[in-house]
Amino acid sequence: MVSSTEQTPMSSETDATLDRWQSEEYKYGFYTDIETDSLPPGLSEDVVRLISAKKDEPDWLLQWRLKAYRHWLTMTEPTWQNVHYEPIDYQKIIYYSAPKQAKDRPQSLDDVDPKLLETYEKLGIPLQERAILAGVAVDAVFDSVSVATTFKEKLGEIGIIFCPFSEAVHDHPELVQQYLGSVVPHNDNFFAALNSAVFSDGSFVYIPKGVKCPMDLSTYFRINAISTGQFERTLIVAEEGSTVSYLEGCTAPMRDEHQLHAAVVELIALDDATIKYSTIQNWYPGDKDGKGGIYNFVTKRAKCLGRNSHISWTQVETGAAITWKYPGCILIGDNSVGEFYSVALTNNHQQADTGTKMIHIGKNTRSNVVSKGISAGFGQNTYRGLIKITKSAHGARNYTQCDSMLIGDKCGAHTFPYIEVKNSTAQMEHEATTSKIGEDQLFYCNQRGISTEDAVSMIVNGFCKEVFRELPMEFAVEAQKLLEVSLEGSVG
Amino acid sequence: MLQIRNLHVNVQGHEILKGLDLTINAGEMHSLMGPNGSGKSTLAQVLAGRDTYEVTEGEVLFEGRNLLELEPDERACAGVFMAFQYPVEIPGVGTAYFLRAAVNAVRKHRGEEELDAVDFLGFVKEKMRLVDMDEQLLKRSVNEGFSGGEKKRGEIFQMAVLEPKLAILDETDSGLDIDALKIVADGVNSMRRTDRAFLVITHYQRLLNYIVPDFVHVLVDGRIVKSGGKELAMELEEKGYGWADQSIRHAAAAS
Repeated sequence: MVSSTEQTPMSSETDATLDRWQSEEYKYGFYTDIETDSLPPGLSEDVVRLISAKKDEPDWLLQWRLKAYRHWLTMTEPTWQNVHYEPIDYQKIIYYSAPKQAKDRPQSLDDVDPKLLETYEKLGIPLQERAILAGVAVDAVFDSVSVATTFKEKLGEIGIIFCPFSEAVHDHPELVQQYLGSVVPHNDNFFAALNSAVFSDGSFVYIPKGVKCPMDLSTYFRINAISTGQFERTLIVAEEGSTVSYLEGCTAPMRDEHQLHAAVVELIALDDATIKYSTIQNWYPGDKDGKGGIYNFVTKRAKCLGRNSHISWTQVETGAAITWKYPGCILIGDNSVGEFYSVALTNNHQQADTGTKMIHIGKNTRSNVVSKGISAGFGQNTYRGLIKITKSAHGARNYTQCDSMLIGDKCGAHTFPYIEVKNSTAQMEHEATTSKIGEDQLFYCNQRGISTEDAVSMIVNGFCKEVFRELPMEFAVEAQKLLEVSLEGSVG
Repeated sequence: MLQIRNLHVNVQGHEILKGLDLTINAGEMHSLMGPNGSGKSTLAQVLAGRDTYEVTEGEVLFEGRNLLELEPDERACAGVFMAFQYPVEIPGVGTAYFLRAAVNAVRKHRGEEELDAVDFLGFVKEKMRLVDMDEQLLKRSVNEGFSGGEKKRGEIFQMAVLEPKLAILDETDSGLDIDALKIVADGVNSMRRTDRAFLVITHYQRLLNYIVPDFVHVLVDGRIVKSGGKELAMELEEKGYGWADQSIRHAAAAS
């Protein structure tokens, strides 16, 4: 046991004990003690101006933020979603917190605070380019700011822009101005408006005409500071004939309080362009009794603007106390394709209300939706999806498959599919199943020598296979492991 | 190897097994026959460790250990295998992956090194020949979309891969055509060894033309009413289960 005479709060011994203890449940629950530059809690027009000033933003962006803020003031928090939580006090949230740096922004990885590098190392995301995951460029967002971006120069050589959002505002203002808010307007919904007013950082990606991005790009979001909300904004633009695969990962320390993560992601694909966007969301889910955890209220939307463009969302949502998001595609270009592959797992007291929106506008547009919801413990899992075929969408096709799996008898699965068809040439298919993880299946595995815990993860992974195979290889492995950890203790 | 003494088993308050005794030694092939509802499958399920069955009395020793104390996976690791009457489908889980997990769980339990994917594939392909299985099957999900015959052959294939000490075949012959029946029987026969025992549960004598038992037991109403050699199966086929039941009643009445 730990010696009680030790007075420092974090002796190396307690640190190790804590780490071990945490690793059994949520292994990313540690906190990095780092000096920060934070605003006091609360939201006002001054706070919006301060955030903008801290980033030395041009006036047009400040005006855009203020427009969003003023609109947000007129909105009320939505309540139609199938999740329950205590009201959020928006005046208690800190809207900006950044680790202090010697200069405003590190010029190279050598300038990055070693404590930050160590944090990402611990998270399994080494930021040294030589040590990095083979062929993946990373933008690391820590609370409100991006702290490092790898392979920036190398990608720059072929014209790819991969940088923190705040940097793009300065270096590529014309692109940001053209596309910011073009998919998710500043007044789109309550949380998108809030984000538009106070967003602090995120990633910006621009793939020029005809370029196939040679490596996966990824952003790793980390909430560290207490009482802080994270409001990042990601914007990806794929020019004609270009291709990019992008991945985001998320973690946060274990805390008793809830923290808000309200992000906005906008994707734009022009003619013949392909964007593949994968998410592994592992925010702190709260403890076994539902105390603490992240509120993950996110707006993600893609525009298939060009002909034959193709955008695919893949998400593995295992974390967060509450997940609420509907990554969608607006299929404007003729023959464009939108896809949504999702695994959402809720254990203990987690809640998720997630799905997709596919809006067919162009001719012969296609969408494909595969959703796998897994509920364990007291978890509540809702699929909500909208398939809309507008008048102009001749020959549109949609296939939706929506499967739910229940583990135990105290959890729930809910499905709300909305289908609106305004064009009689549309072809729609919807399949849905709900199954209880079978006693028969478990017994069969047991009888072959496989333990119940291994059997559950095997059966669940089998259930999710159609989604996992959409993930880049190394992340598919990661996702499987994550499911195993998240399911621990779900079968008594 | 296996001693069952005075086994009483309830299912949802009904007593199904009412004092069953059975001893199986290594190297022996036992056949358990009996009419529908006599408790044959109940015995198989209880031995495998299904928890919906409640043992109210009696004991079961496997190699001297109390089998009833072990969890189902521990029993499997100890060498008890049951070929299911209704093999279960596990969508999305590849047969090769599933079997390797099973083999490695058993090997780990025995303190042996785990097999990697390449070694395992070599090992498994050899076993597939035993039951004339198509290698494509390894890539498919466990039992998903298998025909009835494929499922049953798959069970024998899994048995061959797991190399148990005690194999319980729960009506493996039901629903098989004569060709498939022969393949299954050949697979079982090729696995007979002096250190392995079989308990073959069946309705019909037909299977026993191909798998020749050392002992035949007749289960009626939760008790073994008659035991004998392979001739007993022939006699049963001829005279029916009523005969076995009556002969025991007569014996009881006479004493």
